[in-house]
Amino acid sequence: MPTTESEALIDLSGVVFSRGSNRLFNGVDLQVRRGEVVAIMGPSGTGKTTLLRLIGGQLRAAAGRVAVDGQAVDQLSRRDLYRLRRRMGVLFQSGALFTDMTCFENVAFPLREHTDLPETLIRTVVLMKLEAVGLRGARDLYPGELSGGMSRRVSLARALALDPEIILYDEPFAGQDPISMGALMQLIRQLNDALGLTSVVVSHDVDETLRIADRAYVISGGEVIAAGTPEALRHSESRWVDQFLNALPDGPVPFHYPAPPIADDLCGEGR
Amino acid sequence: MIGMLQRLGASTLETAATLGRAVLFLLRVLRGSGELIRRPGLLVHEMYSVGVLTLVIIVVSGLFVGMVLALQGYYTLVDFGAEQSLGVLVALSLTRELGPVVTALLFAGRAGSALTAEIGLMKATEQLAGMEMMAVDPEHRVIAPRLAAAILSLPLLTVIFNVLGVTGAWLVSVNLLGVDGGSFWSQMQSQVSFSDDILNGLIKSVMFGVVAGWIAVFNGYDCRPTSHGVSRATTRTVVVTSLIVLGLDFVLTALMFD
Repeated sequence: MPTTESEALIDLSGVVFSRGSNRLFNGVDLQVRRGEVVAIMGPSGTGKTTLLRLIGGQLRAAAGRVAVDGQAVDQLSRRDLYRLRRRMGVLFQSGALFTDMTCFENVAFPLREHTDLPETLIRTVVLMKLEAVGLRGARDLYPGELSGGMSRRVSLARALALDPEIILYDEPFAGQDPISMGALMQLIRQLNDALGLTSVVVSHDVDETLRIADRAYVISGGEVIAAGTPEALRHSESRWVDQFLNALPDGPVPFHYPAPPIADDLCGEGR
Repeated sequence: MIGMLQRLGASTLETAATLGRAVLFLLRVLRGSGELIRRPGLLVHEMYSVGVLTLVIIVVSGLFVGMVLALQGYYTLVDFGAEQSLGVLVALSLTRELGPVVTALLFAGRAGSALTAEIGLMKATEQLAGMEMMAVDPEHRVIAPRLAAAILSLPLLTVIFNVLGVTGAWLVSVNLLGVDGGSFWSQMQSQVSFSDDILNGLIKSVMFGVVAGWIAVFNGYDCRPTSHGVSRATTRTVVVTSLIVLGLDFVLTALMFD
């Protein structure tokens, strides 16, 4: 599938980013087209969350270009960046719900901040969004009273409140029981298709993510090492992709963190 | 020796960097405060949690500080037969020094620490980052109303503290120790000047409000987003505010009163 720049809604090219002396990305190229569900996968610590923050403009790339809808995110003025962010919804791994507001108030928050809608209309919109994630009945609960899966769904309702074009999911399946996992998977796919969204799902839950994604990128060692449809990835020749998709403990990605030989460590200078 | 110098240099640089961040942060927050005029509800809400909830400790402390001042002052003044001046003594001590300083110290302990912990926890649980991604600037939406509430609350609390201190002193000296009520009030009225004493005291408390609010919100916003980081930031707020309030009070006193 060829991707031209004009049709890519999110376009990362040659992105370099370091945290301290640790180079997280060494020239990442990645395109998301309008209407797609794109998965970004990779082992923990490869900076998948950082990638979302780069797209959202919370971090700046050291080199390369991060563009959303043709606008270079890191060159926007604060004002334009905030305008762009209104078109994005982010589902944080922790949910990031406001703990001292009820679910209703949480979903109403972006509406109250960005619109002058009358209270009756806000109520209608909030209840519709909560209904979409199946939690209309939980509107008066506080985030502390929700299970992990429920708070992620409330957070999703909040991300949808302003009818964004893009939704970024940060590890939506991490730590979920099979039922909430299934519910979230279905939601992500259905919302994307029903509302005409564009979704980016960052995850290391391979099976779940590949089942709902149109395309997937696998990132490791700061680079995209494989990209394509789930089908293509499953038949990939790369040993690395094979190890990742099939959850093999050792392979091109070593089980051990780099260290001197164990004999030196145990019998060497320290003694 | 070299190691010691290195550590000294590192901590000096670190302190300078923190100060710089704090100043830039304050400027950004002040720039965002204009929004409060459009949405006074935000300010009122914070005034409640920063100001009103601090009232109890201020009222009780004010009353007792005034009562103790009256007792101590009486024992000294009565030897010279000057116990009618008790009102003056108490009123001057309170409006000039004790009111602003003690209120600021209590404020740091009650409201400053709460502000830091609240903001720090919001940061640790990604609520601030979440707000940013919802295109809501937390510096405007969360920080600015809290800072403004602190700056407005502290002078008001100081006034309340002063009033209750004088009331406490009146209760003890007139009702308990038998000082003449008429001279207690009339001497106070003639000796305490509005511009020199009361106004200067209020200027002090506004400055303390800026300092206490600024330190509290900055420490919360700048803390490491871990439980240890939040707890350290909270402690630092109380310690740093107290020290700076006391130091600043000396400087202001030297400039204001001669």
